[in-house]
Amino acid sequence: MRETKFKLDWLILPLLGIGAFLILWFAFTKTVSPDLPTPGKTWELSKTYITKPFEKRGELDQGILRFTWLSLVMVAKGYAIALILGTPLGFMLGISKTFAKCFDPLIQILRPVSPLAWLPLGFVIFAKAKGNVSEVAALFTIAVCSMWPTVLNTAVGVRSIPQDYLNVAKVLKLSRTKTLFRVLLPATLPYMFTGFRLSLGIAWLVIVAAEMLTGRPGVGGFLWQEYNSNIPEHIILCIITIGVVGFILDRLMSLIEQRFRTA
Amino acid sequence: MSDYCVLTRLSKVYDSPKGPVTVVKDFDLSIKKGEFVTLIGHSGCGKSTVLSMVAGLNSITAGGIILAGKELTGPGPDRGIVFQAPCLLPWMTAYENVMLGVGQVFFTATSQERRQITEYYLEVVGLGESMHKKPGELSSGMRQRVGIARAFALSPKMLLLDEPFGMLDSLTRFELQQVLIELWRKDKKTALMVTHDVDEALFLSDRIVMMTNGPEAEVGDVLNVPFPRPRNRKDVMEHPEYYKLREYLMHFLEERAHKKEKPLTNGGNRAPLNPQIQEDAADLIHLSVKE
Repeated sequence: MRETKFKLDWLILPLLGIGAFLILWFAFTKTVSPDLPTPGKTWELSKTYITKPFEKRGELDQGILRFTWLSLVMVAKGYAIALILGTPLGFMLGISKTFAKCFDPLIQILRPVSPLAWLPLGFVIFAKAKGNVSEVAALFTIAVCSMWPTVLNTAVGVRSIPQDYLNVAKVLKLSRTKTLFRVLLPATLPYMFTGFRLSLGIAWLVIVAAEMLTGRPGVGGFLWQEYNSNIPEHIILCIITIGVVGFILDRLMSLIEQRFRTA
Repeated sequence: MSDYCVLTRLSKVYDSPKGPVTVVKDFDLSIKKGEFVTLIGHSGCGKSTVLSMVAGLNSITAGGIILAGKELTGPGPDRGIVFQAPCLLPWMTAYENVMLGVGQVFFTATSQERRQITEYYLEVVGLGESMHKKPGELSSGMRQRVGIARAFALSPKMLLLDEPFGMLDSLTRFELQQVLIELWRKDKKTALMVTHDVDEALFLSDRIVMMTNGPEAEVGDVLNVPFPRPRNRKDVMEHPEYYKLREYLMHFLEERAHKKEKPLTNGGNRAPLNPQIQEDAADLIHLSVKE
């Protein structure tokens, strides 16, 4: 009884939802928008990309997992920069009230700026940089956009360390390094990981936009190219891929987050 | 024996929006080496403020504290503190929590010596089996045992206990009072405790300092506890003086609660006992033991 309920909850009901969505989609193509490809047609034109996910036929004609991999590598680089810059910044905001007063307004202003706005600035800043300018500009954009959740959550985490823990550090006269690594850091870790998870979500949003604008090979670049080549089926393929990958990344991060929560 | 810890004209003034508030005023107290002194008073009377000033966690507005011939200027591991909440770091095991302090104090010792100290105290408080569990896996009584082990393992000059059993149920409280009194007897630590539990104060202390109600709290009266040591709960409760002393303490606290302004007479001039109240008190204790 319990097992059937379990299956109903996580298998049958979600499948029902997806089925309803497909029907709605199909109805839409037949009524409002005849240009929108039907689910069947989308599958037909996309299946080579899915069944041969690692094939490389040309720079912008590769299997879907190959594109995903290219995008993920870029995200990983930009995300790493965001964490390396964002975590210490968040710590300083949390520890020093003066520092927070200086920079909090600035952060609040920079935080809502769209990735589409940062990217051109990236091109300007790194115009004379060695190597691939579009890559550097894309990394810059990912890092700048995705670090804020890490910064803010880390700061909140540091501020909400219970006074009890700080008293323990004071009474035992722990050195600054010991206080940082034995008390402050472990106490902040759950908050930091919430920030890391949100940051990764944003990094994945930004990569698609950055690829579309720079024309770099990847899921976003492919999407834009197929729009220009007027193959809407592939746009849908890309959207689904982006969604699924984003979902998987979020799940993975929340698994890690939970591990640290109990620690 | 000479005075080991001396608090002289200790005062604490907090700034509030309505102007400065004097919480503790001209508090004088001297504690002999190896003595167990308890501060008792109503909550908010400033007794915890006094203790946290001795701990160095609260700044001193005026006056000073001398411990073992040196003036205290801040917090330090020479005072082992048992807080009301155990204050364990939840990401470390009980062992690691105690070891964190032991490593700070005995930094010249070998790692094996440090391990022995840590294990010894955890075993004495009855955590030999579960010393490698994290605080989340321990009951609140066991967590407070870790807190006690940590305080004693520092080999401090002085023990500071801030309502150490206030958050425990009465059975666990009795158990831990026993653990505390035994450890204290072995290590002969000078101890200052804050509580509002009259029976706890009588069972553990050599002297009980009754504090007047804040603001401007000061020493209202001092009671010497005559029960012979080593003590056990039964003997203490059957001691002919027990109810008289208990009644006297209760009387002081009640007087303070109802007539804040009127000072109580000092010293041996104890208030006359009301036999009815004495009986009620006896019943109360009887009940709490049976629990």
